[in-house]
Amino acid sequence: MLQDTTTSRMKPAIALQGISKSFPGVHALSDVSLSLYPGSVTALVGENGAGKSTLVKILTGIYQPDGGTIRVDGEEMHFPSASAAARAGVTAIHQETVLFDELSVAENIFLGHAPRTPFGLIDWQRMNTDARMLLERVGASLDPSIRLRDLGIASKHLVAIARALSIDARVVIMDEPTAALSYKEIHELYELIDRLKADGKAILFISHKFDEIFRIADRYTVFRDGRMVGEGLIAGTTQDDLVRMMVGRDVGQVFPKQEVAIGEPVLTVSGYRHPTEFEDINFELRRGEILGFYGLVGAGRSEFMQSLIGITRPSAGAVRLDDRVLVIRSPAEAIEAGIVYVPEERGRQGAIIGMPIFQNVTLPSLTRTSRSGFLRMAEEFRLAREYTSRLDLRAASLDQDVGTLSGGNQQKVVIAKWLATKPKVIILDEPTKGIDIGSKAAVHAFMSELAAQGLSVIMVSSEIPEIMGMSDRVIVMREGRMVGRFERAELSAEKLVRAAAGISETAP
Amino acid sequence: MNMLLKNREALLVVAILALVALVTLRFPGFVQPANLGRVYNDTSILIILALGQMAVILTRCIDLSMAANLALCGMVAGLINVAWPGLPIPLVIAAVVALGAALGSINGLLVWKLNIPPIVVTLGTLTIFRGTIFLLTGGQWINAHQMSEAFKGLPRADLFGIPALSWFSVLIVALMFVVMTRTATGRAFFAVGGNPHAAVYTGIDVGRTRFLAYCLSGALAGFAGYLWVSRYAVAYVDIALGFELDIIAACVIGGISIAGGIGSVPGAVLGALFLGIIKNALPVINISPFAQMAISGMVIIIAVAVNARAERRKGRVILKKAEAH
Amino acid sequence: MAEAQVQTRHIPDRLQSRGSRLLKSWESLLVVVAILIFVANSLASPYFLDPWNLSDATFNFTEKAMIAFAMALVVISGEIDLSVASIVALTSTAMGYAATQGFDTPALVVVGLAVGLACGAVNGLLVTRLGLPSIVVTIGTMSLFRGIAFIILGDQAFTEYPAGFSWFGQGYVWWVFSFEFCLFLGFALLYAVILHMTNFGRAVYAIGNNQTAALFSGVRVARVKFTLFLLTGLMSAIASICLTSRLGSTRPSIALGWELEVVTMVVLGGVSILGGSGTIGGVVLAAFIMGMVTFGFGLLNVPGIVMSIFIGLLLISVIALPILYTRLRRRMGH
Repeated sequence: MLQDTTTSRMKPAIALQGISKSFPGVHALSDVSLSLYPGSVTALVGENGAGKSTLVKILTGIYQPDGGTIRVDGEEMHFPSASAAARAGVTAIHQETVLFDELSVAENIFLGHAPRTPFGLIDWQRMNTDARMLLERVGASLDPSIRLRDLGIASKHLVAIARALSIDARVVIMDEPTAALSYKEIHELYELIDRLKADGKAILFISHKFDEIFRIADRYTVFRDGRMVGEGLIAGTTQDDLVRMMVGRDVGQVFPKQEVAIGEPVLTVSGYRHPTEFEDINFELRRGEILGFYGLVGAGRSEFMQSLIGITRPSAGAVRLDDRVLVIRSPAEAIEAGIVYVPEERGRQGAIIGMPIFQNVTLPSLTRTSRSGFLRMAEEFRLAREYTSRLDLRAASLDQDVGTLSGGNQQKVVIAKWLATKPKVIILDEPTKGIDIGSKAAVHAFMSELAAQGLSVIMVSSEIPEIMGMSDRVIVMREGRMVGRFERAELSAEKLVRAAAGISETAP
Repeated sequence: MNMLLKNREALLVVAILALVALVTLRFPGFVQPANLGRVYNDTSILIILALGQMAVILTRCIDLSMAANLALCGMVAGLINVAWPGLPIPLVIAAVVALGAALGSINGLLVWKLNIPPIVVTLGTLTIFRGTIFLLTGGQWINAHQMSEAFKGLPRADLFGIPALSWFSVLIVALMFVVMTRTATGRAFFAVGGNPHAAVYTGIDVGRTRFLAYCLSGALAGFAGYLWVSRYAVAYVDIALGFELDIIAACVIGGISIAGGIGSVPGAVLGALFLGIIKNALPVINISPFAQMAISGMVIIIAVAVNARAERRKGRVILKKAEAH
Repeated sequence: MAEAQVQTRHIPDRLQSRGSRLLKSWESLLVVVAILIFVANSLASPYFLDPWNLSDATFNFTEKAMIAFAMALVVISGEIDLSVASIVALTSTAMGYAATQGFDTPALVVVGLAVGLACGAVNGLLVTRLGLPSIVVTIGTMSLFRGIAFIILGDQAFTEYPAGFSWFGQGYVWWVFSFEFCLFLGFALLYAVILHMTNFGRAVYAIGNNQTAALFSGVRVARVKFTLFLLTGLMSAIASICLTSRLGSTRPSIALGWELEVVTMVVLGGVSILGGSGTIGGVVLAAFIMGMVTFGFGLLNVPGIVMSIFIGLLLISVIALPILYTRLRRRMGH
């Protein structure tokens, strides 16, 4: 590790020392220390469950630590509430969920510390003018009186940042700020972060994406299993170093792609369109093939896939499966026909939290495990065991609530659930989003195995390494249309990005 | 998009005007100012209660115990008056408002501290409050002749040709408008219902805000309890039985989303007025008063269907046809 | 965190036996409460243990409990039906009207069931087709259905029913076992089988825990929900037949406020009002408890409204006490 000389002489804006936090049965954080310096971006990296979000909640006053100290400018402080943290100048910009859709832009910026009239009432006029000024500072020319729900995700981010400025924050926490942003919006965010740095803010940047960490951060801190396992300057480290610290072992970004003889066409989609979401989707999917769908978030890939399985109705288009024309009006019919979709939003669309693992797995296959409408538990356990063990699920028992599993293991249950229906075509939408590296590798390996067994796989992914590592062919979508098709041999990251972002090919 | 929010109320105004016009076709006397004043006066109590319910619904809760709270406070007001006929009426009102707020705070505490679902809590307290009236009175009525003239007279007291009952409701509407739009607590009601998770990060205590909403609805129910008992000059166990549903209906018609976070004071007032007009119009146009219940049922269903349509998110439009070159 | 330590490849089906889980369940708490109330009742009144008195006591809950079985399924699926009492009223009114037109007993039953199903279908369509929140829809139809009954009835009452009709509410199958009680037991069994042993029941749980994921998993959500509202309509009709037959009359206030008692019974039975969990066994126990409390107080000449206080307190305390208990234990542990 490079000697950290620049910041060792600087006084941290906020310093955590020996912070511990445990919940019944879990040590979320043990003896963690972290310092954030003015005018510097510190990246916090770690697998899911490493304790990052617990730390954010302690920093913002949502949780109180069991032990340890928080010093702001050298002075020890306690954050008994979110407002106490805000008063101390610590603010967090979360993923889009942390604003109020039904309130105005101005109120979203000033809620909790709105300007008051001499009588103690909220001064809407001043709030709107102040909001306009703050928005201009972050480069957004928005009308402060419009409702937030009418803004796009990128504008909502700007509102969140304006909010951070409104409390004159000195410490700004960004929790996966780019997760839902487009390519262009991400770059605008980078510029804004640079400006915040220049203003002397101390920034904590939490992300799973190494390219952006190396683009934007000055320092890094790595968490593993609730402990701080490394920190230093970004300039003195490599991606491999960070990954090794995160997982505690060497993990090469190796994709277990097996060479499979591609068979005859299984699924043919032609002229598929929807009034507002996508149009002109035409492709063939062959036996044993992994077909990647690449694009930026919001390119219409999930919308198309969900239409294919009957969640929404297309306005036109034909689907043929094994030379049979299909009309699919509901997921139940899709499953019957042999097309299954493993959705992107695991917690909302995939796992049924509150129900045991085995019941999650057998839900779409109940017609097979039951007899004339009556459940047969033994059959259910048998089916659940067969598929969860193929995915190397780690759980205490099959009767355990799926909500008690880690994200990666939940994803294994979800995949097992749809696989147990014995599909001909499986569509995986962002199958490794937000899961730990170990589970990621297991999912990739399993995907290869499925293709090798003759299943046809569609993989929607926004991660270039995953798309390039796993796909036999790639279709790129942008704004609801197919804008590129690439064979495995001709794949390059640059081609994919250009097609997805709509940048025309420059002269070679 | 502020337009849309205003439109919701505008739509209701149009519906009310249409309703009044329709009634006037059959019975021209309906639009006479004196009659409209009577209709408003008759709706005053519902307006006050709907505003309290609105605060609760905004925070993603519901208060089914409001009518029972009203009945209990009304009975207590009557009992106080019978026991100490000379006690000034403002003191009686202060006592029942405090009692109503205390009863509301029981709901609030159970929701806040024990996390029991609001519908369960208020279902329970609804029966408890009504039962308590029985325990207090043994099922006895308090009749007009037992109440003092001052007690009965206040709602009818005339100021600028308008009864005090109407003035009370106007006052409450004005107060609630200031509370809901200009105070931190009022805005917190919206924030808690709109996005409870985000509210925590904003430094708002979700449970405490809900508690305050219940105290507010309880206090208003207590005040309404005095108004009800003094206006109708009778108190017994079953007064305002089932009225909690009228209150919720007024809110739903007024565009207050049962999912929380959406609503306004004018909406609640208009919703209550809509119900009040129907109630008062039916007899004069010779529709059996027995039809009133069925009609309010239809109105609730239509209102919720219309609201749902307005609230439905427009899907994310990915295809940009207009921009296509 | 926990699963990190579990390195074994073999995952057992269950860690706890079903028996031990049952012992720690809500239902066993209810059994204890039921026994306590039974003992208290028999100590308080010498008349309580008389078989015929006990048989009479069952009428306090059988009709409501039949509705509660269907309601339990609706609540587990994450919805609610507040219109059940109004369906009882409308069904009863329709049967009363049909009786004045000279319909015989079987025809009256058909009318009753048809009206109940129609009401359920209205609720079901509004919730599934228009996607409206069921709590508001059924507050609306609650007014609508009883309102229609009001329009037909005015301030009159129907009291002329054919002779055979009284058997549903007053007949006995064997010794002290009334037709209603046997019907209640039959439906308890039927609903327990539907909820706990069939694919349909599993779908109900899945929808209640996560409707979107259930839909993605191939559960026909709209169809299941529509069926559930049909069932509450049907069960309300059956309860209405029993009630009307037992009372021998239809008045505008018939079954007034029952929706709250039915929901109380369901919640007391351990069904989560937020959906996703609950059992028919719990609802059966809750029905017995509520019936025994009502009857025991009746023997002691306690008026009905005071009993409702007790039910209200019971509803809140059975939910609050376990929460307070675990909180207290955690505080002591620290």
